[in-house]
Amino acid sequence: MEQFEPVVVAFCCHYCAYTAADMAGSKRLPYPANVNIVRVPCSGKVDAIHLMKAFEKGADGVYVAGCLEGDCHFKNGNTQVARRVAYIKKLLDEIGIGGERLEMFYMSAGMGERFARVATEMTEKIRSLGPNPTKSALNKNRGEAVA
Amino acid sequence: MITAERKPLEEIIASVKPFQRILLVGCNECVTVCAAGGRKEVGLLASALQMHFMTEGKTINIKEITLERQCDPEYVEELSVHMDQADAVLSMACGCGVQEIARRYKEKPVLPAVNTKFMGASERQGVWAERCQGCGDCLLGLTGGICPIARCSKRLLNGPCGGSTTGKCEISPEVDCVWQLIWDRLKALGMEDRYEDIMPAKNWQTGRGGGPRKIIREDLVE
Repeated sequence: MEQFEPVVVAFCCHYCAYTAADMAGSKRLPYPANVNIVRVPCSGKVDAIHLMKAFEKGADGVYVAGCLEGDCHFKNGNTQVARRVAYIKKLLDEIGIGGERLEMFYMSAGMGERFARVATEMTEKIRSLGPNPTKSALNKNRGEAVA
Repeated sequence: MITAERKPLEEIIASVKPFQRILLVGCNECVTVCAAGGRKEVGLLASALQMHFMTEGKTINIKEITLERQCDPEYVEELSVHMDQADAVLSMACGCGVQEIARRYKEKPVLPAVNTKFMGASERQGVWAERCQGCGDCLLGLTGGICPIARCSKRLLNGPCGGSTTGKCEISPEVDCVWQLIWDRLKALGMEDRYEDIMPAKNWQTGRGGGPRKIIREDLVE
């Protein structure tokens, strides 16, 4: 029986989280390859539908990483997306996916260690939660292997 | 605008369960403004329903369309090309829109996805409050532009009642006493003397109490 490898999508803002990811790379800090980073200009660019579609297309876990509170490069994009994340967490509970698969994190550009730790902890959490409950249906209907 | 709130997901899921192909129709007007049934909400609901049924091992077919309005026949007509490929229509518009779709497409089940609430206005971003009850005989000019029919819990015309305490209504500390608001407004307008004009008993027949209403403009009817 193959070990389940979760697919985790991380929406990272260009100014802080993505740069933190870059810092993690520069410092050779390991983090799981399960994390797929999507760079956005500001975490506030991430809309509710992007979070939903990530799960609909098979992601097992999703997180949004933005600047530290009060430090958003675009003033308050991070607080705006945090509200959307809270809203979608509730929606995911209502449809049986589980809101714990979606999280919001804050970090600064220099926090390479934090990026690596968040990536590792989120991956392990999703690994213990198991695959996205929609996946069995996707597999059955499309007959494709899940990446 | 007419405000509405999306129905609980489990209620919507139960209502669409018997159908394989859903036409999910949003509205670009009131329900867009109160973030209940516009294009964005249509997208979210379609994704939510799709994912829910996927957890049960089913995929359903959802077509997403947002009309400019659902309360005008010309816009509802735009759905006709899609009706053949739908088993049921799930409308995110207010009750007016749901009924207009049902009236035009008599052979298709039409289901509401939102609960229509009230005629209201934005107090601030994300907060909408009831402002008008459609009484049919507007008296806002007499009350400094604040409506006691919609905003007084007892619809008093010569308020406040004895339950008004520190500007709040006795039914809840979160509800303003509208007669306090009216008095403050009349004072600001320098029209306090108007407060003492007694308003006679209202003729409620102009409102819903007189039965379902219709407006006919002879100059516009063809």
